[in-house]
Amino acid sequence: MTSTQKDPVLVVLQLTGGNDYFNTVIPHNDPLYMDNRPFIKYPLEDLIKVDDELSFMPSMGPIKELYDQGKVAVIHGIGYPDSPRSHFRSMDIWHTCEPDKVGIEGWAGRVTQQLDPNKENVLTAINFGHGLPRALVVPGVPVAAIADLSTYGVLTGITDQDQRSKALDLFARMYSPAIGAGAVTDYLRGTGMDALKGADVVKVAPEMYSSNVEYPNSAIASHLKDIAQVYLADLGTRIFYTQHATFDTHAGELNAHPILWREVSEGITAFFDDLHEHGRGDNVLMYLFSEFGRRVHDNGSGTDHGAAGAAFVIGDKVNGGMYGEYPSRKAEDLEQGDLVPSYDFRGAYTSIVEDWMGMDAKPIVNGDFEKLGFL
Amino acid sequence: MSHKEDLAQMAHLMRRAGFGATREELERRVAVGYESTVEELLNPPEDDLAGPAGTFAMLTRYHPNTLLPGGVPTLGQSSWMYHMINSPNPLVEKVALFWHHVFSTGNSKVDNCDQLLEQVDMFRKFGMGDYRTMLVELSKNPAMIYWLDNNENHRDAVNENWGRELLELFSMGVSNYTEVDVREASRAFTGWTIAPKIPRLPYGRFPWKFDYREEDHDDTEKTFLGHTGNFNGEDIIDIIVREPATLRFICRHLYNFFVADEVQVPAWTIEPARDEEALGTMMNTLEESGYDMKALLRVMFNSDFFKEATYSKIKSPAEVVAGTLRLVEDWNMPRPGIKDIGLQPGYMGQSILDPPSVEGWYTGPEWINSGSLLARINFVADRVADTSLSGVQKIIADMKSEGVSTPGELVQASLEHMGFLELSPETQEQLLGHAKGGGNLDWSNEAATGTRIGEVLALVGATTEYQFG
Repeated sequence: MTSTQKDPVLVVLQLTGGNDYFNTVIPHNDPLYMDNRPFIKYPLEDLIKVDDELSFMPSMGPIKELYDQGKVAVIHGIGYPDSPRSHFRSMDIWHTCEPDKVGIEGWAGRVTQQLDPNKENVLTAINFGHGLPRALVVPGVPVAAIADLSTYGVLTGITDQDQRSKALDLFARMYSPAIGAGAVTDYLRGTGMDALKGADVVKVAPEMYSSNVEYPNSAIASHLKDIAQVYLADLGTRIFYTQHATFDTHAGELNAHPILWREVSEGITAFFDDLHEHGRGDNVLMYLFSEFGRRVHDNGSGTDHGAAGAAFVIGDKVNGGMYGEYPSRKAEDLEQGDLVPSYDFRGAYTSIVEDWMGMDAKPIVNGDFEKLGFL
Repeated sequence: MSHKEDLAQMAHLMRRAGFGATREELERRVAVGYESTVEELLNPPEDDLAGPAGTFAMLTRYHPNTLLPGGVPTLGQSSWMYHMINSPNPLVEKVALFWHHVFSTGNSKVDNCDQLLEQVDMFRKFGMGDYRTMLVELSKNPAMIYWLDNNENHRDAVNENWGRELLELFSMGVSNYTEVDVREASRAFTGWTIAPKIPRLPYGRFPWKFDYREEDHDDTEKTFLGHTGNFNGEDIIDIIVREPATLRFICRHLYNFFVADEVQVPAWTIEPARDEEALGTMMNTLEESGYDMKALLRVMFNSDFFKEATYSKIKSPAEVVAGTLRLVEDWNMPRPGIKDIGLQPGYMGQSILDPPSVEGWYTGPEWINSGSLLARINFVADRVADTSLSGVQKIIADMKSEGVSTPGELVQASLEHMGFLELSPETQEQLLGHAKGGGNLDWSNEAATGTRIGEVLALVGATTEYQFG
């Protein structure tokens, strides 16, 4: 597979735990905000006003700057019908686009499969973190997982070069595909070969990288910095995936939520500054989502699992602005105390897959869903 | 069975009921016998239940900060890993790890490793007792109460987090109850909280304590799973343990952890069990014994389905780390740098005491991705090739006294020392081909021969087969 610097690249940033939508993009004129949040609300004077109706929560200043440059699209009321309000079930649904059964294929994994059907580049998609999110898993599709870019390689303990090359040669033979080894062993062998190939290629990224941008000190900023290094090394990676946690603010929300969003906002700004410093910002699109929003009424110190949420699309090519409709907060319109989703998340994937990645979204998201015009 | 077959079967038992064993330990246990070993594992000395006294004393003498690691999670992780590596009662630690997988509680939120270690002690103490008692203890466990916000669950402001996860993740599994049941269970647990915390400053952290507040408990009528009454928390647990769904859910977890990898938990409502007959045996045993975990473990370890289930489970990262360090006899004494043993499982995707979420970890093949496989292979290779470690030196000395000489003998002996590992014929052939490149062992140059043995052990550790437990 050949790739050029002009190929569209997608960065997915998962806000794990269920971000409190009602406390992230806040309808500041709505008395129901104050009514429903006797404890868990931000003071109106601290909000960052976006327009006559809506404000960002107080630590989203860096994202507001990008918004003012027209680079941020906010998708309102995103979700799907009948939210199970369970983290892992909901995350599975977002990852597999299968609300009614357990899916085994992740949507981003399917995109990877289409981008590189012959598995020519094991770095077509990379997760930055431990393990792989289900979104990237399609049986037989190699996806790299890099917890830390600075230490990555096979049998790195064998220092004698001749011994090491013999050992790696044996490793390659032991891990080549075999007939009748069974599904798990096949998977192990495939993964071993992917690791071997990927490690060889990826080690150039930190060697080539130099930048004047200072990333803040947070887990998400480190991952975004690793992503920038691999992207700038032109290794043909088209999907970068990472996550930040935990947005599961049942309690202590007013302590945790502002820190989480400060880390995310500052990390994203540093990331795009870095790309712009290298003149490489315009073919990267970032997509932020969470598995659900949280309950409209607070529980005294936090908020419980809810339904509709917000997603964000950020990038130079984005038509910035507000998309979709903020679900009604009126008591009679809520479902089990939650905002009812007004937009299907598979439509957002469809917009990204078709209008950014340039491929047919139907087989990826399992159907036809309404697109939005943020691209 | 031949002596070698006995050793191989004992190696299987010790991988599952513990964290593997050295050749020396396997010989000793085979002399005792399989079923007697199972009994020994099931009946550790009473004093050892809160962490074996000797192991514990040695650790706290040299690393007193691992006793109450407070806000330094890595020290808490190191403390537990040290116990997994050194406990003379490995099944106690293994069962505690099982419950940690199921009752997943994480430092990311609890931010208090003292309390997480206290929870692990609770798993050690009650882990092989009856499941009902375990659920009651769990409901009163301060780390769990805080993790699932039951301290925010009030008579007039119900917080459903604990009530929901008790049903969904800790007992029955999703789709066996309604949203109303979640609400009613949550109401029954109002008032189950932790006593007000003493401020951390100026004297440091104080232990959290369970506190039942009558005045904050909703004592009115509830209808839960078809039963109606003025239920309190223990009544809810009594109803839960009578549900067939609970029996199946817990046995399936045990099967997945000790016998063979199952599909992931979210698929359990859809996919049949890997071995319905084995699951049935386990469910009958658990029910007839009044939910006695020890009775279940005894039947399971002595069963044919267990003995036959070799290479059907991918080792968890904690098993890889503890198993390898036990084998090479590293970290059998405290020394500086103990944080490393706490961090290693996290590099492979299992940050113990800090699972990614309340669902715990996805297990089996989900432990494996290109990053975690690299971390596993490199960790094992670096340890077994380190000829300064006493366990590796013992392997080399054993090979010398057995007169291991040809490449074929070298490969065979290496596989036996790495847990009587069986390779596919192709892999064994490839490894042999590699070993032949070095010719026969030259015992007149023991240092070079040791290095060469270490390298073969490392390559055995790098095989796909070694990833199975």
